[in-house]
Amino acid sequence: MKSGHLFRAAFLGVVLGTAALGAARAAEPPLKVGLLEDVSGDLAFMGMPKLHGSQLAVEEINKSGGILGRQIELIHLDPQGDNARYQEFARRLLSRDKVDVLIGGITSASREAVRPIIDRTTTPYFYTNQYEGGVCDASMISMGAVPEQQFSTLIPWMVEKFGKKVYVIAADYNFGQISAEWNRKIMKDLGGEVVGEEFIPLGVSQFAQTIQNIQKAKPDWLLTINVGAAQDSFFEQAAAAKLNLPMGSSIKVMLGFEHKRFKPPALNNMHATANWFEEIDTPEANDFKKRWHAKFPDELYINDMGYNAYNALYMYKTLVEKAKSTKLEDMRKVIATGDACIDAPEGKVCIDPKSQHTSHRMRLISVGPQHEVTVEKDYGTIKPYWLGDIGCDLTKKNDKDQYTPSHLPNKS
Amino acid sequence: MMSAELFSVFYQFADVFAFLILSAAGLAIVFGMMGVINMAHGEFIMCGAYVTVGLVKLGVPLAIAQGLAAVTAGLIGVAVEYLIVRRLYKRPLDSLLATWGLSLIVTQSMLLIVGSSITGIGTPEGSFAIGGYTFSTYRLVLFACAVAVLIGLYVIFMKTRFGVMARATMQNAAMAKALGARTGRIYAISFGIGAGLAGLCGALYAPTMTLIPTMGATFVVESFVTVVVGGANVLLGTAPAAVFLAMIRMALNASYGQIIGQIGMLFAVILIIRVLPEGLSSVLVRRGR
Repeated sequence: MKSGHLFRAAFLGVVLGTAALGAARAAEPPLKVGLLEDVSGDLAFMGMPKLHGSQLAVEEINKSGGILGRQIELIHLDPQGDNARYQEFARRLLSRDKVDVLIGGITSASREAVRPIIDRTTTPYFYTNQYEGGVCDASMISMGAVPEQQFSTLIPWMVEKFGKKVYVIAADYNFGQISAEWNRKIMKDLGGEVVGEEFIPLGVSQFAQTIQNIQKAKPDWLLTINVGAAQDSFFEQAAAAKLNLPMGSSIKVMLGFEHKRFKPPALNNMHATANWFEEIDTPEANDFKKRWHAKFPDELYINDMGYNAYNALYMYKTLVEKAKSTKLEDMRKVIATGDACIDAPEGKVCIDPKSQHTSHRMRLISVGPQHEVTVEKDYGTIKPYWLGDIGCDLTKKNDKDQYTPSHLPNKS
Repeated sequence: MMSAELFSVFYQFADVFAFLILSAAGLAIVFGMMGVINMAHGEFIMCGAYVTVGLVKLGVPLAIAQGLAAVTAGLIGVAVEYLIVRRLYKRPLDSLLATWGLSLIVTQSMLLIVGSSITGIGTPEGSFAIGGYTFSTYRLVLFACAVAVLIGLYVIFMKTRFGVMARATMQNAAMAKALGARTGRIYAISFGIGAGLAGLCGALYAPTMTLIPTMGATFVVESFVTVVVGGANVLLGTAPAAVFLAMIRMALNASYGQIIGQIGMLFAVILIIRVLPEGLSSVLVRRGR
């Protein structure tokens, strides 16, 4: 009798214990991923693929068991291209939703608006665009390409192929200004000449005068780092005025897919260096494109921002799983080993320990008269070396600063 | 070579002038004459652009598509007047809110239905060279259209029976009604013409621009600025306002670039409003008398 009682109690205990264990596993809270991407307003056409890329990655990761067995909950807010809203939403995601990681931002202005807020927390932040480079901040992991990957490849190629005189049209905010500074530095090193530089306020859509200024300056080629839908009207207007100059850019084609949005030949003779463009033809890339278009059949173009946003979640997964922790400091220990890599559709990409920027396989592409995209040169994998070279070393010191060729760290 | 420089100055002036006139013409009627602060002005422009592109893609010739787009925008304008604006003539601030709301609803709906961007149709072929410069012929077509719009407005509002009644209605609706004018219809038609002209602006610029649901926004500042500088008398004010602002902007654009051009133009606007609160037309009308 007694033994039966005991046995029953033990049995009950085992059952309850198992149930409790099961309940605990089911109740394991999901990982919260906060996402800030513009899907309305002027930049919606670029932001939409970023949201889609994130959704695709979350769906795939959740289907294959999540991260450390935890599902991902994606919380997306739409700041509508407004930097004040970026700050408000970042605070909301960090303090109210208590997200485990924050991802997003399109313009460099929005990133710089959000970064000080992140820096006051211990939450990791992934910036998923190519940009003007130079951010040395332990809270930020940059997934996109930077000038040493884009300009140091593109500009020498343009100079060699088309000539030493360049005219720059750039959007008038930090991205355009700092990119123009990069161009001045690289052109100077090459013995080239910047025959004109014009900064355009965001929202300007009429370029007759700019086109004429360019014709007056007689450059060999144009560096077009104009931003946004309004400023993109330049290409149509320049083509209508038969400007017919070779163009180079760090953001056209693979990012703004102007060759899909404008009627040929407006983008004819455009050149860009990119880690991703939809025309990449490798088995890994084609498989990725197939999965994307199956989920989003109406996508006009998978741009590099959307692609980088997709990679960001896999990079996050890798970091968390290697660190066995969602804490920024533990993840940074993984980054410091130099072993934070993923097999991306472009190939293997790794995070550089010193700068927390990503290595990329870079290709130089050109656009033809029918807007066909051709790969002109394959540079292989290029590491984001510039920040490390000038003395940013996040494994030793957190600068929380953005450096440019004219704003270098103080030598200590 | 000298003549090339001269022509280029004229061309740049014509380009800015056309942009100001075409974006402001519709608003001159709706805001200048009728007093409705139409925050959805940019969305009528977008409507004209989208209809044009849609029709061209269906195979309609560009010029006909542009005409149909302007008419479409005009008809939508009549409907908007009848459904929303008509109830708010005595409440200008509420009409501002209502049209602003309309603008937000329209841009977001377009984003959801049509998508964040549609492919352009390309500017009509044609360019010519003078000196070392090459120019797009289509920009001169825009200038010609701007002049035609000004003449058309003058004829409609100064030389037709409808124009007389419309001006009477805007000045004193009760009196005009007592004298037999059908003021309700006149308001609707005037608003329709305003919306149609906005649609025409979008239709004309559609081949030259990026097409996104918020594209109207790039026209709105210039259009309000031109109308405000023109002043109360729309027919006399808008054209000289556009000439004045175009000269300032062109000169500064050419010498100092687009940023200074924009700052300079807006600075001139502040000066004008400060010195001539009634706008340029107040001076012209006084001279005229």
